[in-house]
Amino acid sequence: MIGLWLSKPESSEQRVTLKIDANIKLIRMKHDQQLIDFVERHLRGELSPEELAEFDQLCVEDQEVKNIVIEHQSFIQHLTVYGARKRLVSDMEEAYQQFKVGGIVKQREKTFTIKKLWHTYRSHITVAASVALFAVITTWTLMRHFSDSGSTSYSILRREVNSLKQSQNALIRNINGKPVNKPEDSGRFRGTGFAISTNGYVITNYHVVQGADSIQVQNEEGQSFKVKQIYVDPVCDLAVLQISDPHFKTFTALPYSFKRSLSDIGEDVFTIGFPDDKSVYGRGYLSSRTGYAGDTLAYQVSIPVNPGNSGGPLLDSHGNIIGIISGKQTHFDGAAFAIKSKFLLKSIEAISQDSLDKKIVLTKRNMLAGLDRKDQIKKLQNYIFMVKVY
Amino acid sequence: MGYKLVRSVLIVNRKIKEYSLSDNELIAGILADSRLTLNHLYQSFFPMVLQLILSNNGSEEDAKDIFQESIIVLYDKVKAGNFELSSKLKTFIYSVCKRLWLKRLNHKGRNALNISDLDDFIALEEDLDQHEIKDKLFWQMEQSLSQLGQPCRAIIEDYYIQNKSMQDISDRFGYTNADNAKTQKYKCMQRLKKIFFSCYSSISND
Repeated sequence: MIGLWLSKPESSEQRVTLKIDANIKLIRMKHDQQLIDFVERHLRGELSPEELAEFDQLCVEDQEVKNIVIEHQSFIQHLTVYGARKRLVSDMEEAYQQFKVGGIVKQREKTFTIKKLWHTYRSHITVAASVALFAVITTWTLMRHFSDSGSTSYSILRREVNSLKQSQNALIRNINGKPVNKPEDSGRFRGTGFAISTNGYVITNYHVVQGADSIQVQNEEGQSFKVKQIYVDPVCDLAVLQISDPHFKTFTALPYSFKRSLSDIGEDVFTIGFPDDKSVYGRGYLSSRTGYAGDTLAYQVSIPVNPGNSGGPLLDSHGNIIGIISGKQTHFDGAAFAIKSKFLLKSIEAISQDSLDKKIVLTKRNMLAGLDRKDQIKKLQNYIFMVKVY
Repeated sequence: MGYKLVRSVLIVNRKIKEYSLSDNELIAGILADSRLTLNHLYQSFFPMVLQLILSNNGSEEDAKDIFQESIIVLYDKVKAGNFELSSKLKTFIYSVCKRLWLKRLNHKGRNALNISDLDDFIALEEDLDQHEIKDKLFWQMEQSLSQLGQPCRAIIEDYYIQNKSMQDISDRFGYTNADNAKTQKYKCMQRLKKIFFSCYSSISND
């Protein structure tokens, strides 16, 4: 306190000036209010000529007053613009509502007679409509329920072995004079499968092995091996089998690899399967990236396939496996379906390796690229099996 | 819902066409602050804008907003006195709406390829830049007024926007006389100015 006194001896004088400042401020405030009032009246054009002259004089004399006037004028301007826009927006809102109501009213007039009818007969119509709807749905459900899968337009391609086939077998035997390797019973169903690893794992469609008591696979040379089911994936329609036969000799290497990415439409593709007792080659092209009714699990392939082709590999021209043949559309030319290799790999990866006595090792090397088709098929044939289901 | 509206609007529109106003009549109406003009503007041009917005990722609500904004641009331009009818009013509104909508779409980060490749008929840069500044000022004022709080806001609005007399305001707010109300109005005004100008520097003034 003393220090303050010492360092600022003129402070008492200052206090006096401060008081005077405050007084001036008070006066100024009154003055400002009057000034603002003046400015506003000026803006509204309410000033008399004498007042106007006084006002101009004031503005010229005092720069500060002039600044206040300019500031206030611009602010009033902002406020007016704001008000105008606010009014416009509310008017527009009104106009919009009117416009909307107008639209609806007109529409109502047009539909008035229909509405009247509707109101009178609403209950009748509702009952009739619900009965009709119920009938349609019931019929449709029943039809779906009682018709077997063969009558739907998607048909799986496992082959039901019938007497005709047996007679053909007999015929072949007669001609060749030697029996085909133990065709003791040709099984209930036939399909195709192919090796996915060198140690005897084979993949096929789930619908081929569905409900099987026992399964055998038969190679091109006619040797049959007993297999057991390791893994089934009904969603992707895949089944992994393992050859459990002691006579089976492991392969040295598989010639094909699996393609993980999607293949393009128009890709040249081929398959080998067992629609017959012998392997049959089929060639075509990939026609769509989605399968039956937009099924994203599958490709649509334009390729000749028949019952027994199910589970056969679908390869591109480089010998990569891009899918597995699973079905075709009936009454529809050239529309076969193949499950994408991506899902095939996913299924294989889903198998817990711990529960297997031999690990599944997928080949990454492809030995078919660059070969012509005849040589590709020769190399492939040993790895494709006929799946016989009892 | 939106399309239903378009359809009903088109039905009405066919009937209205018979007594629709010419562009010059509409502009005269805007200058005269005629309310009917707004109704006519909605009837004549809103369906077009509605269709533009609906077919480009927008809703009916968006169309309403965009149309309102374009009408504000039109009003500002007409009232500023520098509106020359270089194109049809329809083209002007369509172009403004298209630009505003494109801007909003870009703002939302949505793809707006559908309309960006259409040609622009008229140069609107200046109008839209001005509109943007005015828009900012408008929201600035809105914000300042809401910060001001009641009853100050009501007094200011009554006096400066509704143009009510000081006596009316004094009666409404229960002041003993008009002079007291006037003092209160002055204080409110000073506070509002302070709030407004404290944020004003962020807005370009030119």
